[in-house]
Amino acid sequence: MKTQHRTLSAAVFAGMLLITAAGCKKKAPAPPPPPPPAARQPETTPPPAAPLTVRINSFTAEPRSIERGQSATLRWSVANATDISLDQNIGAVQANGNRQVFPSNTVTYTLTARGASGTDTRSVTVEVSAPPPPPPAPPPAASVSGSDLLTREAQDAYFDYDKSDIRSDAQQALARDADLLKRIFAADRSFTVVIEGHCDERGSAEYNLGLGDRRATAAKEYLVQLGVPADRLTTISYGKDRPVCTDANEACYQRNRRAHLAPGK
Amino acid sequence: MKKNIVIAFAMAAGCVALLLAQQADINIKVVSGEKPAIAVTDFRGSGDAQRYMDTFNQTLWDELSGAGILKMIAKSVYPLTVPQRPQDFHPPTQIAPARRGEAPRVQSNGPWLTDWSNPPVNANYLAFGYTGVQEGRLVLSGYLYNLGQADLNSAQVIGKLYFGSLDAEGAKKVAREFAADILQQFGAKSLAGSKIYFVSDRTGNKEIWSMDYDGSNQSQITRYKSISTMPAVSPDGKMVAFTTYAQGNPKIMIYSTESLRRVPFYNPVSSVVETPEFTPDGRRMLFSATIDGWTQICEANVDGSDMRRISHVRSVEVSSKVNPKNPSQVVYISGKSGHQQLWKMNIDGGDQEMITSGEGDVANPSWSPNGQFLAFAWTRGYEIGGFNIFVMDVAKRVPVQLTHVNGRNENPWWAPDGVHLVFTTKRGSATQVYTMLADGTHVQQLTTQGNNIQPVWSKAIN
Repeated sequence: MKTQHRTLSAAVFAGMLLITAAGCKKKAPAPPPPPPPAARQPETTPPPAAPLTVRINSFTAEPRSIERGQSATLRWSVANATDISLDQNIGAVQANGNRQVFPSNTVTYTLTARGASGTDTRSVTVEVSAPPPPPPAPPPAASVSGSDLLTREAQDAYFDYDKSDIRSDAQQALARDADLLKRIFAADRSFTVVIEGHCDERGSAEYNLGLGDRRATAAKEYLVQLGVPADRLTTISYGKDRPVCTDANEACYQRNRRAHLAPGK
Repeated sequence: MKKNIVIAFAMAAGCVALLLAQQADINIKVVSGEKPAIAVTDFRGSGDAQRYMDTFNQTLWDELSGAGILKMIAKSVYPLTVPQRPQDFHPPTQIAPARRGEAPRVQSNGPWLTDWSNPPVNANYLAFGYTGVQEGRLVLSGYLYNLGQADLNSAQVIGKLYFGSLDAEGAKKVAREFAADILQQFGAKSLAGSKIYFVSDRTGNKEIWSMDYDGSNQSQITRYKSISTMPAVSPDGKMVAFTTYAQGNPKIMIYSTESLRRVPFYNPVSSVVETPEFTPDGRRMLFSATIDGWTQICEANVDGSDMRRISHVRSVEVSSKVNPKNPSQVVYISGKSGHQQLWKMNIDGGDQEMITSGEGDVANPSWSPNGQFLAFAWTRGYEIGGFNIFVMDVAKRVPVQLTHVNGRNENPWWAPDGVHLVFTTKRGSATQVYTMLADGTHVQQLTTQGNNIQPVWSKAIN
């Protein structure tokens, strides 16, 4: 068994060697000499009788008109020139190129190309306008912020002792909250809401932190069921650390066993 | 060779058995009230020393009774002649019986051991002595006698000089040192150097604080001006973990208790991470985190890596505590029966079992250092929120109620000596930290400023 295995390994190794060798052989022959590059052609052709005409094929500005502070791009293409320059303190440039300019007022750029056979010039004008005034502030009456709206109109969902089930009164409160949240979110696309879970003071602090978290999650799940986008809602539990009242009676305990909607940060 | 190894092993096993027996013994005595009885005389001082003897006598009595391992015999039943020095004792003279069959009569020659061991005193031990002034210092001559012995030489357990400054502080110092020597004879573990970590709102925000075992040296550890709660301390006393809102949602943070700097802990992605607890080997942590909408028990390395969820129920589960003598046994608070009750399980999540009866709400379990007892807060017999402190022998499952007040008695935590508990009580408008013996006696208030809650007791750092 062992011997067989060894033989097999040897065979595989030999095979790999063969393949490698074959691969090498294929690369071995030298490539044929490349054809002479096209650039050498002019040497073999007779020289022209006269120098070619200096010509600016194109010179453009894009866009032609900008607001102050914005930029425009100059593009040009020149043929047969030895000396090409732009005015407006730009100076010598290549035969084909582009340049970004930031004029503060309307300005005309002139491209000058010189060569053995003469000179060609072309100009382009970039119009610069003052930026528009900022839009007027919206009238204050129209913008009750989402934050104010939430604080004023959102209703707490109340819970039984040591429970996180959504009672029927909490269902009604959350249904109204869902409508409110949809309105607020539609008006302000960056607005988020944090759902706080709270407990009364009677359970232990440790357990209440988990229970408050459960209440906040239950309220969130209910709102999401009613179509409120989940990614706009976060939860936090305050256990019994942020009571709305501190009296030792059931009325106060009930007010503290709640899920409360607050503006997100 | 082989024989030697066997003998060595047998000896080691014997020592372990002996140690375990001793530990169990001390706790049983605490709970059942069978303790050695000690009489402690009122010491007197010569010259200027007498001015500080009220302080001395009160301190000595408090230290001895506060240790919880001795039965303190009330001074009202003591004999009128009180010895101050060994030479004050005079053995009685035996008088031959006048008639055959009568018991031999004795004639008293002055104070003797039997004056204290016989009724009405019935003491097993007697602490006595006196103080004087030597070169401007207070000098205590302190003696402890075993009253069960026949002669003075074999009766003397302690006979020692103690030195302190000639003022009230010096009187307290020598009293404490003498008490510590006496307590050591009865196997008491010293709490000196141990620390209590707790939460205080005295600055206006809940922050983590520390203090000495007697309430001295209260100092602030965190300064987040947020809500920082639920401290837990590592078995070596070098790290304190807690839950804080300092960075938004409640998360766990760990501080070094020596440098008071943060140590890294990687929280799982969760809306709540709370009730941290170190395992007895100090290498792993248990905590609760919200997963799938419910706060569940998890386990991870002390830096938060390699996290594993232990419980899988649709219920809030918090306050998991590992048995210090059996690291696979975990107790925790779960609401899965309907209300917050005390449960037990294996650390892999198996063998879940409710320990309490299902009545009321249970909170804050704490293991005794020997892993035999649990202390916890329970509302059994009271209205919702009316917590009292209970102690239960885990094997016997019989809860013993230690507090009987209608204030909130919560967050019991065993002292490293296994004899004391620290806990909180709301008496009046504020909640404060108290200590008591594990039988519910000797209650002492440690804090006064603001509200102080959630104490945990750490052994001294070696």
